[in-house]
Amino acid sequence: MQIIQPHYHAIARTAQDYERMAMSGVVAVCEPAFWAGFSRKYPETFIDYFRQISEFEPTRAAEFGIRHFCWVAVNPKEAENPGLSRAVIEQMPEFFKKPTVLGVGETGLHKSSPSECEIMEAQTQMAIDHDQLLLIHTPHLGDKLHGTRRVLEILERMPVNPDKVWIDHVEEHTIRMVKDRGYWLGFTLYPITKCSPKRAVDLIEKYGGERTLVNSSADWGPSDPFLLQECILEFRRRGHSLQEAIEIFYNNPARYLGQNPKFDIKPIRVEEIR
Amino acid sequence: MLSAPEVLDHNYLESRCLLLELAATLDRLDRARAGGGSDSVESDDRLQRIRASLTILADRDATPDRAERILRLFSDPAEG
Ligand SMILES: [Zn+2]
Repeated sequence: MQIIQPHYHAIARTAQDYERMAMSGVVAVCEPAFWAGFSRKYPETFIDYFRQISEFEPTRAAEFGIRHFCWVAVNPKEAENPGLSRAVIEQMPEFFKKPTVLGVGETGLHKSSPSECEIMEAQTQMAIDHDQLLLIHTPHLGDKLHGTRRVLEILERMPVNPDKVWIDHVEEHTIRMVKDRGYWLGFTLYPITKCSPKRAVDLIEKYGGERTLVNSSADWGPSDPFLLQECILEFRRRGHSLQEAIEIFYNNPARYLGQNPKFDIKPIRVEEIR
Repeated sequence: MLSAPEVLDHNYLESRCLLLELAATLDRLDRARAGGGSDSVESDDRLQRIRASLTILADRDATPDRAERILRLFSDPAEG
């Protein structure tokens, strides 16, 4: 089956992961800018990072026939340094012109501090001003419930188009508030700390698969790019058709990301040849 | 051997994850039962065993042989 991996931190992964993803049907990955495991000191370090994901990483993916797209942003953890964040944000519009940059992401909240909220707001405004897609990270673990509420409060005050906004890492206790407001939502599959493949399928069965993106994120921490394929297998084993799987794991990302014309992968339908 | 706070540290997130998976499994079962069809699982002794093991887990005064007790619970009776 053809798969789009809508949230994937390729710079933290090996070429072997690309190779195996290609063998398993992945045709495109999208790489949001994120925290490197340590907090960077200089705006220039971010700019080089943005160059890496917008210029170099597509060439690495292309060796395995995978299309690579990316997002630029100051992640919530480093938004704790507003001076540095502002200096980086100023330079982001340059990257919006690049052929594989899809929007602003991932911004959002981590501990929901005043600086994080201020920087999320600034980046949301930038996405609105430049008509970019917006990818919002919601906090992990115990911070998720109140952090997601805070994210929604910030968005509510701003003239965002919900069609363009993807709120990621939702789980059972945050899905309804995101869905009710018409945003796109993401399930992030992790071995221990986020959603699991089975729970993601439960949520799809319970709430429907509209405006839903599933990703396995995969970064430098304990994570597994193939939880996405595990989720597809679970979905199919529960009796959902191939076309239903394509709708969620291929067509939905094609629809959401395709709002930016640079993402030119179109939804597909399987048909019998008669 | 690890100290008690270390054991909690090492196992907290994993325990949280295992509990969530179990909760989601029971939810899945309930949703399937609510969906109609024949409800034959209530008398299924596997479900009874799952429920009985949950009471062992919930007992704060249980002795540290919970794993053994649960395995006994899931053991088939001797034949004959
Ligand atoms: Zn994230």
